[in-house]
Amino acid sequence: MTVQKMTMAGAINAALSDAMESDDTVVVFGEDVGQLGGVFRVTDGLTRKFGRQRCFDTPLAESGIVGMAIGMAMNGIRPVVEMQFDAFAYPAFEQVTSHLAKMANRTRGRVRLPVVIRVPYAGGIGGVEHHSDSSEAYFAHTPGLTVVAPATNQDAYGLLRQAITHPDPVIFLEPKKQYFAKDEVDIDQPVPPIGRAVVRRAGKDATVITYGPSLPTVLAAAEQATQDLCVVDLRSLVPFDDETVMAAVRATGRAVVVAEASGFASVAGEIAARIGEQCFHHLEAPVRRVTGFDIPYPPPKLEHHHLPSIDRILDTVDALQWDLG
Amino acid sequence: MLELRRPPLNQIRLIEADGSAVSDTQHEAPPVAELLAAYRSMVTGRRLNEQANALVRQGQLAVYPSSYGQEACQVAAAAVLRPGDWLFPTYRDTVAVAERGVDPIEVLTLLRGDWHCGYDPTVHHVAPQATPLATQLPHAVGVGHAARLRGEDTVVMALCGDGATSEGDFHEALNFAAVFAAPVVFLVQNNKYAISVPLSQQCVAPSLADKGIGYGVPAVRVDGNDYAALAAVLHEAVARAAAGDGPTLVEADTYRVEAHTNADDATRYRTADEVEHWRTRDPLLRLRAYLRNAGALDDEREAEFAEAAEAVATHVRVGLSAQQPADPDELFAHVYAGMTPQLTAQAALLTEENAR
Repeated sequence: MTVQKMTMAGAINAALSDAMESDDTVVVFGEDVGQLGGVFRVTDGLTRKFGRQRCFDTPLAESGIVGMAIGMAMNGIRPVVEMQFDAFAYPAFEQVTSHLAKMANRTRGRVRLPVVIRVPYAGGIGGVEHHSDSSEAYFAHTPGLTVVAPATNQDAYGLLRQAITHPDPVIFLEPKKQYFAKDEVDIDQPVPPIGRAVVRRAGKDATVITYGPSLPTVLAAAEQATQDLCVVDLRSLVPFDDETVMAAVRATGRAVVVAEASGFASVAGEIAARIGEQCFHHLEAPVRRVTGFDIPYPPPKLEHHHLPSIDRILDTVDALQWDLG
Repeated sequence: MLELRRPPLNQIRLIEADGSAVSDTQHEAPPVAELLAAYRSMVTGRRLNEQANALVRQGQLAVYPSSYGQEACQVAAAAVLRPGDWLFPTYRDTVAVAERGVDPIEVLTLLRGDWHCGYDPTVHHVAPQATPLATQLPHAVGVGHAARLRGEDTVVMALCGDGATSEGDFHEALNFAAVFAAPVVFLVQNNKYAISVPLSQQCVAPSLADKGIGYGVPAVRVDGNDYAALAAVLHEAVARAAAGDGPTLVEADTYRVEAHTNADDATRYRTADEVEHWRTRDPLLRLRAYLRNAGALDDEREAEFAEAAEAVATHVRVGLSAQQPADPDELFAHVYAGMTPQLTAQAALLTEENAR
């Protein structure tokens, strides 16, 4: 047993280090990831341990970073790159959507790009503008990308190890507000594969589906709810685990989807639509969503109004037509 | 060795437009045998451009961005590379890709609309032809940097046009290549037009080569219709990169004699006189005159080259008309290494629809 108490940042750091140890084609680069160890210290010590060829700082240009990662992956390297913050990944959008996502299909599988893009994302840290976006829908909407969103420290370690050995490009979304939350991690304990959701809390009355930074809020809400709530942690947005989600929804007959991102044209909207298509005859109430408002991410002193809260989740669960049951 | 300084405005030229030799103490024309082989390739490249245009008119190709008039650049870009080196072409570089050894039928698969890339990039080390502008340049840097991490002396030839030098990725790629001393040769084919927009509205720097100085990348201007000058400059840049001395930016002064594609009408933005002027500077006529003067090319040899070019054209006509679009099932097969449950269901739906 190798159970250790560690932060999520520490778990990700351990995953990077262990991956670099086990495969010398794994190379880490980005802005401030070398000498400094990353603005969140996620890459702390990697340059010292593996040298500047394996973990290095790049010029400050996200399109260049992802573009260079694509080329390196074409030539036998497994790059793991960091976008310093969610909204700072946008300059790389064309490289991600037009090339990273499409190269394997374009070349009929002859050129696969095992690139991992780590993105610290979402809010709740009192960040100034451009530091708190939930950008997952842009990536999840793009065929060819695998989109992983761990919510626990154990998954942050295990899913990142899987992402680095994955044959396709992975967008690895790290809920930055949980970076310094400590929890037990057993690095020898495998986690379910990318593409599988898990039930974090069993419950018979309603199913709450969530991922990433919203999981702790949803679990706290479930403890306070008068109903017995089942909580599903998606873990991966793409591929999407219809099987686990739909089984959980059918078992309870009621569903709420919770996510920080604005709700319109969102991952949460997609999940709600899928539940409607696949579980209609099992539903006792319309599928409801608790998401961020359809507004630009608020300034720090107002962000608590925007983020899904325990109260908003409980109010939404309360509105699931219990009297009609 | 190139010094890092503002590139001279004059172009390197070894053969004048009339085929006479230019004396240049710093650059040496390649041996006649190499020039003869290049001329043969340029004749084939010209024929390929003409054939592809004809195939568009016949409805066999959706569109063709021609490199007519740029064949010296096309052939030189590929010919100076060694077997393990990489080429990063754009949509206008069909002739360069074919010169690198890719079957022209596989190159034209993209433009026939059968698949987005018809060749296996790993076989000849030729990246898929880039349709967006300049986005392939950071990839070229990555391929080169990966090679260096492994201690290999691979060189990457990265092609783009004058319009692409306005894109951010051009600048990011130059900077990354310089910072990491990546073994990349950036060859800008300055053909004077980005579809309809002339160079004067694209950039007011004294030259496109000037863009190298800001990144610490040595840069040169070369007469892009003079194969001998191109080959001399590119050989030198490849050698520098292979030796670990980093990237070079080469601006080749050439001209897009034909419209952007067959869907474009170049008469709306340039004069026939301008095009005629450039036709007199044709890269094939120039090299032909030089080789004739040198006694290396006679009528018999020319007939032989024309026949070889015709054989390629025939190969393309026959091969393309025999080519079938990919099976619709393949639309789902390569999106991921494994099929997702959702794609499996969608593939089954399409199969079922097609079986009706």
